Amino acid sequence: MSTAAVITMLIGMSAIWGGLAVSITLVVRRSRRRARQP
Amino acid sequence: MDAAREQWGTRLGFLLAAVGSAVGLGNIWRFPYVAWDNGGGAFFVPYLFALLTAGIPLLVLEYAIGHRFRGSAPLSLRRLHPRAEWIGWWQVAVCFLIASYYAVVIAWAAGYAWFSVGTRWGEDPEAFFFESYLGVTEPGSLGGVRLGVLLPLALVWGLTLAVLSGGIRRGIERANRVLIPLLLLMFLVIVLRAVTLEGSAVGLEALFEPDWSSIGDASVWVAAYGQIFFSLSIGFAIMITYASYLPRDGDLTGNAFIAGFSNASFELLAGIGVFAAIGFLATTGGIGVDEVARDGIGLAFVIFPEIISQLPGPSGLYGVLFFGSLVLAGISSLISITQTYIAALQEKFELRRRTAVGVAGGGTALVSVSYATGGGINTLDVVDRFINNFGVAAVGLVEVVVIAWLIRELPRLRTHADGVSDLRLGMWWVISLGAVTPLVLGWMTIDNLRTEFTEPYGDYPLMFLAVLGWGLAALALVVGIAMSRARWPDGLALDVPGGPSDHGSNRREGRP
Repeated sequence: MSTAAVITMLIGMSAIWGGLAVSITLVVRRSRRRARQP
Repeated sequence: MDAAREQWGTRLGFLLAAVGSAVGLGNIWRFPYVAWDNGGGAFFVPYLFALLTAGIPLLVLEYAIGHRFRGSAPLSLRRLHPRAEWIGWWQVAVCFLIASYYAVVIAWAAGYAWFSVGTRWGEDPEAFFFESYLGVTEPGSLGGVRLGVLLPLALVWGLTLAVLSGGIRRGIERANRVLIPLLLLMFLVIVLRAVTLEGSAVGLEALFEPDWSSIGDASVWVAAYGQIFFSLSIGFAIMITYASYLPRDGDLTGNAFIAGFSNASFELLAGIGVFAAIGFLATTGGIGVDEVARDGIGLAFVIFPEIISQLPGPSGLYGVLFFGSLVLAGISSLISITQTYIAALQEKFELRRRTAVGVAGGGTALVSVSYATGGGINTLDVVDRFINNFGVAAVGLVEVVVIAWLIRELPRLRTHADGVSDLRLGMWWVISLGAVTPLVLGWMTIDNLRTEFTEPYGDYPLMFLAVLGWGLAALALVVGIAMSRARWPDGLALDVPGGPSDHGSNRREGRP
């Protein structure tokens, strides 16, 4: 594979799978924080 | 009625159902080709832009409508505005037409999972599919019913209607808790096997090699928005219906981000698996990737059987996994499509769930049989083309324009979504729905109309296109308007359940 293809593959994976990971983390963290509030 | 409304048991249950609805055949057989054909790696730029400016905003909009007004698409839109109900019925009619042929494609996949054992398509998978399996006839000629399609079709509808009979929590949620993890597991095995094949890097290079000049091409941006729009199950009643079963304190915006990125994640995984396998086929055949890259039916039922036939080792197992994945992805989507009109008919005519499932679902299953004939694939091809272009895209455009510009309900829906969500919507949401999405969908619809009038689709007779293409697309709209004239049951509240001031006012701790 060319360097350009490898780099775009890694960036694409990071953006999409990273986006999913960040969404889940943010949502879970905030709902846990809210659940702890009296 | 609202007090007795069914609810998802858990947030995960809703998310799995929403992702199951979005992840369908298009993720596996459409996205990889669209990405490759529209700039390769460079396609991710417009694709992500479309996800953030159309996909997720539309998901939030539909979640907010369903959650705020707690009904099927027609009832929710009726409660949003008395003159918006017909849009919901139009969406529901589109869903009915899609379900009738979508089930047949799942049935083909189920048949092919069976044929994979012993690679029964032989040396010429194309001839096997079109001649031996489907027995394709001339357009306009029905031909006989194909038993090899009818039997798996009966299984597909039997399973789908059994799930729907169980209701939201015990039927749809429970089914998706099995279907989606199983689909992910099976697809991971497919991808891992594909990337270890000889020549897989050739396919991956073709998929990811960026053509940055394509970014300046308007058609590439339209392709990205089209992929996001069709792949996320937005614009045609499903997400409104599913969100109406969320608990009062359901986090709408967070769920939309998770569902949107989950769908995109699966598409990317599918792209890697499909193009790695295509690279293997191109390498073993000593030909270029562009000679074997296809989408849709050609990819699934012609190219993949060729790939499976040439695989070293237990190739039948790989075929079972691939076609099994198509079946799982398809059924989870078919369940959601069918639920839209079952819910709508239940509410409009005060039907019990099992009666609605029997009448509406059973009715669709009977219509499906017309696609299980020798002429079925021609009908399916034309109906799919016109219903997507002038059903799903057109009703999505009308929905957004009416809500954003005519009845101007975006601020109220934004307040509602913010009231129950952890993540706040910014101005990007209003701009996306008020300007970006209508412009892109409007462009797509006008371009589709221009194409259809200048170059009629395929080699079909014009009368065939007029009746099954234009005719059915128009019929969905007419049925939508006619159904909105029928009266709702006397006891059903047509104002907002819980009153106008319930925006997030009843948050609970420990949301599911």
